[in-house]
Amino acid sequence: MRFAFTDDQKMLRDTVREVLQRECAPEVVRAAWEGRPEGVRAVWDTLADTGVIGMTASEDAGGMAMSELDLVLPLEETGYAALPGPIVDTVAVGIPFLEAAGTDAQKERWLGPAVAGEARIVVSFEEQAVVAHAASADALIVQRGGAAFCVPVVEASVSPEQSVDRARELCRVAFEAGAQYRMRDDVDTAALFALGRERAALGTAAQLIGLSRRMLDMAVQYAKDREQFGKPIGAQQAIKHRLANALIEQEFARPTVYRAGWSMATSARDAGIDVSLAKIYAGQAARFVAKEALQVHGAIGYTIECDLHMWMKRAWALAAAHGDAAYHRERVGRHIL
Amino acid sequence: MDLNFTDSENTFRRECRAWLEANVPREPLPSGDTKEGFALHLQWEHKLFDAGWAAVSWPKQYGGREATLFEWLIFEEEYYRVGAPSRVTQNGIFLLAPTLFEFGTDEQKERILRPMARGDVAWGQAWSEPNAGSDLASLTSTARRVEGGWRLSGQKTWSTRAVFCDMAYGLFRTDPEQARHRGLTYLMFPLHAEGITVRGVDRLDGDEGFAEIFLEDVFVPDADIIGGVNQGWKVAMATTSSERGLSLRSPGRFMATAARLIDLYHRYRDRSDPVLRDEVIQTWMDAQVYRWFTFQTVTRMMQGESIGPDSSMNKVFWSEMDVRTHETALAIIGDALELDEGSDGAVDGGQWMKGFQFALAGPIYAGTNEIQRNIIAERVLGLPRK
Repeated sequence: MRFAFTDDQKMLRDTVREVLQRECAPEVVRAAWEGRPEGVRAVWDTLADTGVIGMTASEDAGGMAMSELDLVLPLEETGYAALPGPIVDTVAVGIPFLEAAGTDAQKERWLGPAVAGEARIVVSFEEQAVVAHAASADALIVQRGGAAFCVPVVEASVSPEQSVDRARELCRVAFEAGAQYRMRDDVDTAALFALGRERAALGTAAQLIGLSRRMLDMAVQYAKDREQFGKPIGAQQAIKHRLANALIEQEFARPTVYRAGWSMATSARDAGIDVSLAKIYAGQAARFVAKEALQVHGAIGYTIECDLHMWMKRAWALAAAHGDAAYHRERVGRHIL
Repeated sequence: MDLNFTDSENTFRRECRAWLEANVPREPLPSGDTKEGFALHLQWEHKLFDAGWAAVSWPKQYGGREATLFEWLIFEEEYYRVGAPSRVTQNGIFLLAPTLFEFGTDEQKERILRPMARGDVAWGQAWSEPNAGSDLASLTSTARRVEGGWRLSGQKTWSTRAVFCDMAYGLFRTDPEQARHRGLTYLMFPLHAEGITVRGVDRLDGDEGFAEIFLEDVFVPDADIIGGVNQGWKVAMATTSSERGLSLRSPGRFMATAARLIDLYHRYRDRSDPVLRDEVIQTWMDAQVYRWFTFQTVTRMMQGESIGPDSSMNKVFWSEMDVRTHETALAIIGDALELDEGSDGAVDGGQWMKGFQFALAGPIYAGTNEIQRNIIAERVLGLPRK
């Protein structure tokens, strides 16, 4: 029993952390909100240069053949920075799916560019009415009528919907389900989609932990800086206890995400249950921390001018994405009751 | 990261399970917080000690097995899984002993540990005073220097099971010139000595689990100081952080309670009630989460990190989880919840209401959760003290 990451895993986290600190400041997230995604594109390129974008691809495909567990810490950092874009979709779900079920032609066209950061892949599961980031993706992997299709975005009809998180680029996707898009029929794509759902939920949970950490950092800093009645508001017990509660929620959610990453990476029995716990607790923590951070900020937190709102809105969206608490709790319930 | 147990940990678990299943009393013992029950619990502690299970993580020379912290967690899981008796030696084994291992002399360890773990000498804690609860540093009991030792005077309170115990430990002001945290000394004292009066106090749940201790010039030799004169605060804080965290409430206890709750749910409630169903699921998940969190903490400890104020998070989590769990049980039981132990219609012998009342103490003892939140905010988050 050893509940800790390796030095290599921590090193990869630190690399991602440094890149994002340097290149994904809140202004970059804000620019994406305002329809100027160039900064985010640049971050994506840098992340591709460090190997993070291609990390789940096999070594033959130019990747590092990394597991779900290896993904958890880098994705947590992308949550901390509120990095916009389909990183969970492409790295955790899309690339492994393409490699497992793409035809030679599909892999030829998309795999190398995806690993190199030149193509983004978004996966659309059967049950999803709207898909995040499809408009800025290059290829879609779509589950329709139980079959798998790999569709160039330029050949699909992508109509935008507005997310409360303007950096999420929600879309409705339609396409002619022609034979030219079919993925390999000699692999069990239903099982791959099922695995993809688990990976998406896990990756989202990891991002939620990062979002919580950032919101709590913002609130703690604000509580130290903001003075009322002649002293920092963070000296008041009413503020201290809110922030202590936020830290507890966050820190108890964290190991559930790490555990789920390990369970998936080792194909442990009941890995799906562990993913459900991770999604529930990370989502619950992020929503809780958002609420407390807003209250600690007071009126300034209730403005668009304050960065906090971008993290809160991401947290609300992600807490419900890829299975909300009710969905995952039901799955746990069927397992234990 | 490797969340599998090792072969030797699995072997250890099988050994624990086999011994416990063969030896745990078939019928639950009466409450250890009553005179009769306490004596029966001590007999159980003898048995545990003689088989080497009383303090698995201790060195062999004191009757332990030199188990790792993970093995200790495994032991605890197995212990609560079979529903073994509560540990009336807890205030000794899990609070005083860690202090002795850190600050005690060889003579003290030799003299105190084995009889403590065997239940031959029962230990109670004597922290709080009538005017020093959360603000422990304001305590006023004194130790006056005399030939060969000290004379203790003052009053301690909320001493768990002290009416049944032989010895106690606590802080006394040895330097009256110094204020608050300074000038305090950690002392052990006998509860049956001249000058001591112990008066039981009935707790919320009706058991005589509390006591007040009145001290008038009670003699204690120098050999019963732990960690040096006027060093008491530092020594005591080491103990309270183990009390809050791991050693007081390991995950095994809550996993066992969650399993019992699921069993109760299946027996007593229409399963279509979605609110109760969700609460039962939440209880099970919280116990799992507490387990992962603890494994993570123990990994850090085994790598040589000290957990310090993080143990406050642990304490808030388990104590509030325990209350929620029992509230859910009572909601399942419905109006039969008021049928107390001894009544014919009492569900599971009334243990859920009893457990609920006991759980309500959790957010209060070992440092109230309000104090824990202050510690988290100030020492983990770095918020200003004032």
